[in-house]
Order: sequence, then C-alpha cells, then structure tokens
Amino acid sequence: MKKSDPDLLLFHAPLLRQGMTTPKAMRDVLYALLPATAASLWFFGLSAALILVSCIAGAVLAEWLFAHREARGESLRDASGVLTGLLLGLTLPPGLPLWMAFLGGFIGIGLGKVIWGGLGHNLFNPALLGRAFLLATFPIAMTTWVAPTGDGGFLSIYPGNLALPFMQAQVDGISSATPLGMLKFDRQVTEISQLAFGNVSGSLGETSGLLLLLGGIYLFLKRDLDWRIPVSILATVMVFSACLGLFDAERFPTPLFSVFSGGLMLGAIYMATDPVTSPVTPKGAWIFGIGVGVLVILIRVFGGLPEGVMYAILLMNAATPLIDRYTQPRVFGRGAESK
Amino acid sequence: MKTIRRLRRNFEHGVHPAHHKQQTESLPIQRVPFVEDYVMPLGQHIGVPAKPIVEAGERVRRGQLIAEPGGFVSTGLHSPVTGTVREIGDFRGADGRFAPAIAIEADAFATQQVDAGPGMDWQSLSLEKFIEAVQMAGIVGMGGAAFPAHVKLSVPDGVKIKHLLINGAECEPFLTTDHRLMLERPEAVLDGAEIMRQKLGAEETVIGIEANKPDAIRTIRKHIKPDQPVRVVALKVKYPQGAEKMMIKSVFDKEVPAGQLPRDVGVNVNNVGTIVAVADYFLRGMPLIERVVTVAGPGVTYPANLIVPLGTPVREVVRFCGGLKPGTREIIMGGPMMGRPIASLDVPILKGCSGVLVFTEQETAGRTEYPCISCGRCLEACPYFLNPSRLARLSKARMFDEMKAYHVFDCVECGCCTFACPSNIPIVQLIRTAKDDLMHRKEPAE
Repeated sequence: MKKSDPDLLLFHAPLLRQGMTTPKAMRDVLYALLPATAASLWFFGLSAALILVSCIAGAVLAEWLFAHREARGESLRDASGVLTGLLLGLTLPPGLPLWMAFLGGFIGIGLGKVIWGGLGHNLFNPALLGRAFLLATFPIAMTTWVAPTGDGGFLSIYPGNLALPFMQAQVDGISSATPLGMLKFDRQVTEISQLAFGNVSGSLGETSGLLLLLGGIYLFLKRDLDWRIPVSILATVMVFSACLGLFDAERFPTPLFSVFSGGLMLGAIYMATDPVTSPVTPKGAWIFGIGVGVLVILIRVFGGLPEGVMYAILLMNAATPLIDRYTQPRVFGRGAESK
Repeated sequence: MKTIRRLRRNFEHGVHPAHHKQQTESLPIQRVPFVEDYVMPLGQHIGVPAKPIVEAGERVRRGQLIAEPGGFVSTGLHSPVTGTVREIGDFRGADGRFAPAIAIEADAFATQQVDAGPGMDWQSLSLEKFIEAVQMAGIVGMGGAAFPAHVKLSVPDGVKIKHLLINGAECEPFLTTDHRLMLERPEAVLDGAEIMRQKLGAEETVIGIEANKPDAIRTIRKHIKPDQPVRVVALKVKYPQGAEKMMIKSVFDKEVPAGQLPRDVGVNVNNVGTIVAVADYFLRGMPLIERVVTVAGPGVTYPANLIVPLGTPVREVVRFCGGLKPGTREIIMGGPMMGRPIASLDVPILKGCSGVLVFTEQETAGRTEYPCISCGRCLEACPYFLNPSRLARLSKARMFDEMKAYHVFDCVECGCCTFACPSNIPIVQLIRTAKDDLMHRKEPAE
C-alpha cells in the first residue's frame, strides 16, 4: 500500500444499484396524488387545503416527536409521514373541524406506525387507522357531508372547519348525502359522468375517479405500484356487482357505479397498494385484492354503512401476514412440495 | 413462431442492469508487458490449495509446474514468468487475509519463451488421463467462480452427458473478455469445445451467447466446421443469464432440481475462457499461466482488454492502462454484480479474475439504508423465486434456522435482489451471514 493510493471502499457485491430508492417511490405517490388533490381544492376550496395541511401537520409532528433523538428528522426524509397525512386528508369530509383532522394525522402515525416500530413494521395502513379512529370518536362530524363548491367561491370555508377543540360537537353546514348514501338510504342513483369527474359530495379525494386513475397509471408506469392489487380489487367489485345485478337490477348498483363511487378508487390504487401492509408475494396480492373487493361489496350492500372500503382494507391488512405465509412462490428447481 | 421460440430462450425473473460494455467491447486484446514481481497464491481456485514443489531461490521457467494439486478438488500451478522464486510465504490476498503464496522475481534477461511441446495427442487419452491432464494444467472455471474444471468432467457412473453447453453469455456489466475471445479466437473456442465434447461423449455442443453480441454470434457460426455438431443460441440480454442453471433453463427449458448439478439433467456447462484454456493446453501445450482481463470503469484512464500473466499485481495492470483517475473510490475484481472490491492495489490477478473495474464517487455514492417496505421488487428479481425480503428480515433478527424453511441454501448470491432493492438493504450480505452461521455452527453436544 502506497501513500498515494486512493482510500478504497469495501462494499459487498453487487456494487451496482438500479436507480429507485424508497424515498423516491414515496415521492412518486405524492406526485401521483397531485391531480386529485388539485381537484379537491377546485371542488371544496380553501377548506380542502386547510384539512390537508392539518392532517399532514399532525402526521409529521407525530413522526418527529416519537423519533429517537439522534434519528430525529431522519424519518421525515423518506416522505412517508407526509404521504400518510395527505392520504388521510383525502378521506375526510370537507366540513370536518380542523383540530379533528390534525388529531387524525397524529393518531394515524402514532398508533398506526410508530408504536409498531416505524416504517415497514406496521400491520395496518396508518392513514386508514387514523380515519377509523376519527370515525369511531367523532361519528357525526365524520359523516356530515357537504356539497362541493360552497356559496362564496374558493376563499370561503365551511363553518364546521373552525370549530373549537372539544367545545362544539355539533357540526353545522348544509349537509348533502354522498352518492352511496343516496343509493343506500334514498334509492337515488347518481350519474356516472358526475362520479367520474367528481362533482359530487363526499370526502376530499374520493370524488374524482378519473384523476385518481390517472395517478395510478403514472405509478404503474414508474413501476411503483403492484398492479395486481388495484386490478383485482376493481375487477372483483365489478364482477360481484354485475352478479348481484343479475338478481335484482333495481336494488343493486351497476358495476360502473360501484367502481366510481365512494372511496374505492382512492382505496384500491393508493391505500390497498401500500407495500408495507399488503402481501409481498404475487399470488398473495391477488388474494388480497379479491378479498378487499368482496368485503367492499358485502359491507356496501348488506352492511349498515353506505361505504366499506376502509374496513375492507383494514381487515385484509390484518390477514396479510397469513396470506404471505401461505403464498410463497415455488422455488426454482423444486416441485410443488415447497411451501 | 419466431417470437415464441425467442420467448422460450429465457428464464423467468432476473434484472436488467445497464451493460456498460461500450467502453471495451471493440478493443482488441493486448498483452501487458512482464513486470518485476509476481505473487502466485496457492489457493486460486475453490477447494484445497496447491502444494509447492519448488523452493526459495530456485530458478523457474515460464510455464513450469511450481505447485501440484493438494487433493482431488485442487489444481496444479505454473510459473507465469521465467525468474527466481523469491519467497514462499504468506501474502495478503484479495479478501485481505494472509494466505500462502509463491513470490517470483522475473528475470529481466529471459526471453519468456514457453518451451512447451506442440500439444498432446488428446484423442488417444483415456478419460481418466484426460481429467488428470486438465487438473495438472491448472484449468479452472474462468467465469469467476474458479471451480477446478476437471471436477466437473468427472461424471459418476450412470450419468450420461448429452449436451456440452458453452457459456458465452457474459451477463456481468462492463466485462468483455469472453466477447473478445469469441471474436478473436473462434477456432480456439470451437476446437476446445470439440475436445471436451468428444471426451465427455456428448451428442452436441451448444454455445449460448447473449443477443447483445451479434458479431460474436456471427463469427462463431462462420467458423463451425460442417462435421461438428455445434449450434449457437442467441439468448435474451438479462442478468444472470450466465448463471449455469439459468442458462440451462433458457437453452433447454429444463430446471436443474435444487441441490443437484447440471450433470443430473445431462448437461455440462463451461465458460468460453475455460474452453480456450483447454484448447491452449491440448493443442499448444500452454498450461494456465495467463488470462484475459477487462480493465474498465469510469475511473480508469485507458480501458482495455488485456492478456495478463497470473500473479501480476493490480497496480501494474492499472499502471499499464494509464493509471487511476482522481476521485477513484472503489476497485472491483471481477464483475460488478458478483465480484469483490479490493482494499489494496498490491493484490495479484488470479485465475478467476475476469475484470478490474474502477469506480468513482458517482457510482458508489448514495447508499443510505432505509427500512424494508416489503415492496416485492426483490421477489420479482430473484431468478430462484426465493423471498429475499423475508430472508433479509430473518437474518437481521438472527433467526437463521427459520431461514432454512425459506430455502436459504438455494440462493446463489447473484445479487439481483440487492440490485433491485430501493431501500439499499445488503440482502446478499445478510444471506451470506446466515449461510456462514448455519454451516459453521458448532452443534451443542447432547
């Protein structure tokens, strides 16, 4: 060894990497959600922005607060906290009090991710866990929907947003049922074109099916998304509702209505595909997607709630380790005997 | 029909690293000049190290046997240069450990002519004698593994080799040694293949070449003699196409059962370099004393394909190529997917060293490790259909025994999983740790 020799690194092979990194993949999902986020601002104005910011603030604060002192800030680098906040925000009603949105983000990361051991270790989708918490704690506020574009244009906000923490349980505002609610409780069917473009009442991100699909295609092209999951969920939902339609076309929604209504697009493309909480094996992904699809229709049609995407995904999240265990691929050079 | 056939020439999964071969694929093979000092480690192959048969101070000729096989899985070793044995002792090897080696000082006035005979009457050799000759010639797998070639030739009774498969895939990025050999010495490739085929009693020879080397495919096809049962198969460009079990899957659409060898499906696989070494020994009397090495990478001034005498220090090879550029951070022996980074330029070139690659900051930076998010990219990369994500998690938790149920010993460490991992988790390293622990563990006495 001579003095003039360079200091050489000694990594273990392979010494090349493909370019993708985990933070980049997370950021890609954020980019994919931009069109749908913009649409929510278009439909619900400043309220949408405030809700999304509150959720992200709650999520990021939890991430920062619970991080190890030396690692503080490190966990923020991978953008997964911001993503959880944004996804949660997109599932909330536009008239929700901001403090609830903030709390939802905080709980989603705190109980949904950090206590499991951080990124990569949680069983349930953190954003959906935050939403489940809110739905259980504030059932009225979480099911009070308002119609898009309030009376005063972009800058007007729904009065419910500014409710003081724990003081006003009541949410005011002109409530307006979601397409799924109208179908379930009033037997009223909404036009598909309205559903596809999102000009209906509902949570911030579940309104514009086409824009969500656009983001999904972007993620597919970037190979950031296991296409098997959204494909199997959407196909299952369509096939299942078509089958039900054969029995009673009046009572059950059409396949297209089922796919474009409620949070199905958002859930199928962005939440069920969360790699951490979905099966890692290809066969498992199919089983997972079919399971979600079946549960969604069962809850929507036969359950007490108009919408069931959240619980469907959370239930299948719980089944993920089991699915993974029994769907190990057949190893090269081994017969069917390998598990 | 053509597409169907092309689809068949493939194995499933694998990865597509940029192949970076432009740097050297059109550069003819050159010979590096002789240098002053050579170090010949006794364990350049997998198996038992060779036993020295010379002493310090003894004069040796180029091509003279200086160490004999230390057992069956071992080969002979020949002097790469005419000179004097300076020392027999422990020298630092590529892995940083001290290992026994013979140091030879070149004689500056010698002609360096090899006084080997005109070759051998290989046709009259019995199979046993042929295998022994291959062992004494020091021939090992030249693709990188350096597994003694004669061991593969020794087929147990009852096993019939039907196909001789010549591996010209060269799927490792940057490397162009096999490519150049096929272009510049197609006769040697075909002659060596014919010797091997006849001795093994195989029905045909198949030469598998990745489709990104059309000139090599053309050249080999042009030189096939009409009476030789040889065919050339173009393979899909994909890593690890050159892993022997993957190549058998691509060419013959057969899976070698786990834990078995290619011979169990009637195939014998040899690298192009190995075949040329066989031709050189049996037709020209040259034992294995030099090999072709690709020197490439962004950190080397003049990339090249070189014939390097074994035992030449990497420092001299790099010097011949114009030296290192400023900013060099990593030097790899072999390919970037399965090769080994070296800590010092004083490491000698060995029989299994197909390349010397020099990387700068740009290729080595940005290796922050993130948590595993179970994205499944490693599963889709693994050509053995293992679950690297699960194996890495279990290894981190030191749950090595559980890894056996996930077939950890089926892993060939090709590196596809780690290449594909967006979280930069050193999966191969974790798997090796587990294998090592499981293999060398002392079972507690009952």
